[in-house]
Amino acid sequence: MKPAPFRYADPGSLDEALDVLVAEGAGAKVLAGGQSLIPLLSMRLAAPATLVDINRVPDLDTVEATGDGVRVGALVRHVGLLHDAAAARVQPLLARATANVAHPAIRNRGTTVGSIAHADPSGEMTAVLALTGGSVTVATPSGRSTVGWRDLFVGPLETSVHGPAIVVDAFFPALPPRSGTAFAEISRRKGDYAVCGAGVVVTLSENGTVSAVRASYLSVGLVPEVYDLTDAVNGQAADSADWAAAGELARTLVDPDGDLHASADYRRLLVGVLTERTLAEAAAEAVLRSAA
Amino acid sequence: MTSVDTERSITVTVNGVPREATLPVRRLLSDALRHDLGLTGTHVGCEHGVCGACTVLVDGQPMRSCLVLAVQVDGASVTTVEGLARDDHQGGQVLHPVQETFRECHALQCGFCTPGFLVTIAAGLEARDKAAEITEEEVDEIVGGNLCRCTGYANIKKAVRHAAAAMRPTGADHTGHFGGGDGAW
Repeated sequence: MKPAPFRYADPGSLDEALDVLVAEGAGAKVLAGGQSLIPLLSMRLAAPATLVDINRVPDLDTVEATGDGVRVGALVRHVGLLHDAAAARVQPLLARATANVAHPAIRNRGTTVGSIAHADPSGEMTAVLALTGGSVTVATPSGRSTVGWRDLFVGPLETSVHGPAIVVDAFFPALPPRSGTAFAEISRRKGDYAVCGAGVVVTLSENGTVSAVRASYLSVGLVPEVYDLTDAVNGQAADSADWAAAGELARTLVDPDGDLHASADYRRLLVGVLTERTLAEAAAEAVLRSAA
Repeated sequence: MTSVDTERSITVTVNGVPREATLPVRRLLSDALRHDLGLTGTHVGCEHGVCGACTVLVDGQPMRSCLVLAVQVDGASVTTVEGLARDDHQGGQVLHPVQETFRECHALQCGFCTPGFLVTIAAGLEARDKAAEITEEEVDEIVGGNLCRCTGYANIKKAVRHAAAAMRPTGADHTGHFGGGDGAW
């Protein structure tokens, strides 16, 4: 349970970090919080030749909340996002989801952007990036590009970011008007990987009826996916919509795998239960935000 | 030009004492504390961040020392379980309130997980509003990331409640067993 030998660099600027990544070649891996990567190293599931530690790179630890959305730098720890009131006002899912990320000791070190770049389908922030229609900024020696969530997630623990590249921030678009969110997960121990989790957004029309319902799940499927559940409750009153029907629809749409922790059928059951529960909560919030 | 190394010399302030070590870059902080610095109070359980036994404070924040490389704490301040007690200025030491309440409440049996619990709880109690009475939800949040296979947690949670009471500033209304704390921890 010790990492295999590697070479280590902790460059003091983004340009230097990219230089090292170029010089070290395909065996180099970026290290930020390390709360997912270091276990992989210790279990010898990964054995990069070089770790490029970006913790000394300046200007990556900021959260910028504007009317358009929230931009989270690559060195923002989960605990920083959890307690960022401005970010929570613009996109409430951020604080709701980070509260479910592991335990305080992990949140103190682990980064939100790192967990997205890690692309674990059990991760909270991968699902939130998808649900909000977010994107990441990728820096390479030839410049920066924006990669949308659908193009980012290729498979479990695999993204489309390859070669000398660093994900320098993630952008989560603002919650639309007359909308509410909720996030919940089921885990064996609070803070552990979710057996199943759900994040939802409910949007109301101007007359207060349900006009859009979207959901994304954790530990369901190989990559984050967003499901449109609007058809089950479209046009119904927000305080009396048939959320059970939306849960039923969600169960027919998902295709979870079974593993040591839960069978596929049990996960599908949880998708229904969590969907019904979170949608009612999100709708109540949408009503409040519509009145405000 | 950035250096790319397989070995590094680091300086870390551990429990208030500056320490130096030259170690392979792949050395985990947990192993560096135990093997390079001889501080065996930090226990190594699962080595992949699940059990919490190796929790230490890095610049005051609880972190899993098995999920941090030793080279990453170069220049930082680390507190281990050995650093929780404070000097009584009479040649001895005074245990941290949570160390006292662990003893009082029988919050340990085999003791393997205890260092991680003590460090985690000490930091958790330090970070909260000490004048407020602690809630069950707070207690669960503080200890939720640490595993104990002996106690069943009831006495650990009791020890957290008692330590929180002991750490309430003098004058705050409290009914805990450990009254009259000076809140200075």
